Amino acid sequence: MCALLAALASGIAFPAAATAGEPTGEATAKVDLVLDVSGSMRTRDIDGGTRMAAAKQAFNEVLDATPAEVQLGIRTLGANYPGNDRQTGCKDTAQLYPVSALDRTGAKTAVATLSPTGWTPIGPALLKAAGDLRGGEGSKRIVLITDGEDTCAPLDPCEVAREIAARGIGMTIDTLGLVPDTKLNKQLSCIAEATGGTYTSVEHTGELTDKVNQLVDRAADPVVTPVATEGTAQCTDAPALKSGLYTDREESGQQRFYRVDVKPGQELRSSVSVAADRAVNPDYGVLLRAVTTQGREIVRGEATGNGRTDVISTGLRYPKAESDSDDAPPEGVPPAETVCLQVTNSFSAASGVKTTPGLPLELTVDVVSSPSHSGDVASFGLGRGWWLLGVLVLVGFLAGLIWGWLSRWRVAVWRTN
Amino acid sequence: MRITTVLSAVLLALGPAAAPAAADSSPSPSASDGSSAPTSAGTSFRTATEIEQGQQATASGSTGDYLYWSFPADAGQRPTVKATVKLPDTHAGQTWQIDVYDGLRRRQACQYGAQTRTAAQGTAAVDLACTLRTVRAWSEPWADDPLPGTYYIRLTVLNLTTADLGQPVHASVRADSKDIGGSAAVDGSLAKPLVPGIAVASKSEEGDGGSSKAAVLSSIEPTDGWASGWWSDRWVWTAIGGVLAALAGVGGYALTRGSGRPSRVPPGA
Repeated sequence: MCALLAALASGIAFPAAATAGEPTGEATAKVDLVLDVSGSMRTRDIDGGTRMAAAKQAFNEVLDATPAEVQLGIRTLGANYPGNDRQTGCKDTAQLYPVSALDRTGAKTAVATLSPTGWTPIGPALLKAAGDLRGGEGSKRIVLITDGEDTCAPLDPCEVAREIAARGIGMTIDTLGLVPDTKLNKQLSCIAEATGGTYTSVEHTGELTDKVNQLVDRAADPVVTPVATEGTAQCTDAPALKSGLYTDREESGQQRFYRVDVKPGQELRSSVSVAADRAVNPDYGVLLRAVTTQGREIVRGEATGNGRTDVISTGLRYPKAESDSDDAPPEGVPPAETVCLQVTNSFSAASGVKTTPGLPLELTVDVVSSPSHSGDVASFGLGRGWWLLGVLVLVGFLAGLIWGWLSRWRVAVWRTN
Repeated sequence: MRITTVLSAVLLALGPAAAPAAADSSPSPSASDGSSAPTSAGTSFRTATEIEQGQQATASGSTGDYLYWSFPADAGQRPTVKATVKLPDTHAGQTWQIDVYDGLRRRQACQYGAQTRTAAQGTAAVDLACTLRTVRAWSEPWADDPLPGTYYIRLTVLNLTTADLGQPVHASVRADSKDIGGSAAVDGSLAKPLVPGIAVASKSEEGDGGSSKAAVLSSIEPTDGWASGWWSDRWVWTAIGGVLAALAGVGGYALTRGSGRPSRVPPGA
């Protein structure tokens, strides 16, 4: 009966949680295609044509297929400076077509003018591309298409990518390599992993078109944009969170505290994912604890893992019982309990890998109406199975028998009286 | 005597009426191999592609990608996730794995099934499977039992050579479930299924009359809605048990009365 009531109540009672992390209606997806126009793109090894020709053909098809709701821009790297000066060559990145509502013919004309020229400054190009995508609420995606690793050494594009991810919210870099080469594989997959993107090695024009189309479509899918927050080392000054999706950064060995108010009769649900955006040692874990303001642990979620991974995640539930009517304050609004959420992780960066900025952390908070607690193991305490039937039949039979004898005996006694 | 006769007659009439319901109480998920099966996969919990149970979802990706799907599972179901990965023509040995996470992103154990499998060099495809524990309607907050709500599937390669990174692969996944029925019917229920973002979603629904394409973390729901949680075939078992007990009681009573009318009583009395 309790469960039935709870089921009924859930239909009526909406949680009074506020709406942080709620998406806004006018979020447009932005995509910046970053194309390598370095000298090596002249090489004829994709379906008999040059890499450049393949890229151009793919771009034309992608521009035709781009959904209207996506704002698309094109940035080149190594398109303008043909010389040998490394300093100048490594600054050579230009915006070919600004990130805006797409004018297909204009964009196509711009792409047609490209011819393979200079260096491969991936890092600087990514930084600029991140600048191109600044502003707006929607998802942001950089698609990097290149045929060679970065030639502007001290600036590691991997670290650039990590910094971009740490700076902007929801910025993803997907990489496409035009040459099956181990070193390129390594660098491009490192860039992709740093931002939660994907790396694809492409050997045919068709594959290139399909992949870029897929990535642009992916950007068009509406996703919830997380709200940036910054947890603290103690619960006392931790940010107060409402239902929603949040991101933060957490270095290994750090702990992050957040506060959530839970009223009696509400249930707190929270999950946390810590992403491995760099090379990490193969054993790792994450711990999410809900503690009271006095530091008593209420419930915890923990996860450990081993081997290659993108994230490690865990979650917890904390249903707060309805307060008893005796100790409820007279005004009728029971006070909310402040629950501290503590997140720690045990990732350790592989040797030689920078530990700052911290690992990306994603936190979901949901405060919903609370469930009834269970009064029995079985549903409503009901029985099931042949043993139950056997026992009931036996008991019924015995009861009938005894009743019969009793009534015979009673009749006999009555007659004799 | 009159009363017991009437009572037993009523119970006898009720018995068969209740019996057919015992066969299979909760509706099993409808396998809808529709043309609308998703052809892409997400790359994180946040972007996971939503699929229905019984749908064969496909996706093309690259070796090294983490592919995510999500599906709804309700109380009393025991979901099985199956995945097939078509590998490129040439590749070194690779180990693939599927992981299933619940709505709180807690990893769920597989009871059985080849969750991890190594494809030897040059193998064309690898098949993976994972059967979860039965989804319970309720569990204590300190337990990590599977609960009704969203389930995430993550498909990825665990170890690979650098040369194999980024090679095109084709994956297909499918989630089905077996109806365990009343034997798994526990008491209690969740006020809301474990669907991430459900607090935010219901709030915005309330607020602006469902503004068309607002993104939510998970908008997943079984085709016929979440089970309300009060029905299980335990009702039928218990009811039949009650009927049988009553009949047995009548039988036991009748035994003590002997057969027919007592000889002393004159006919027509």
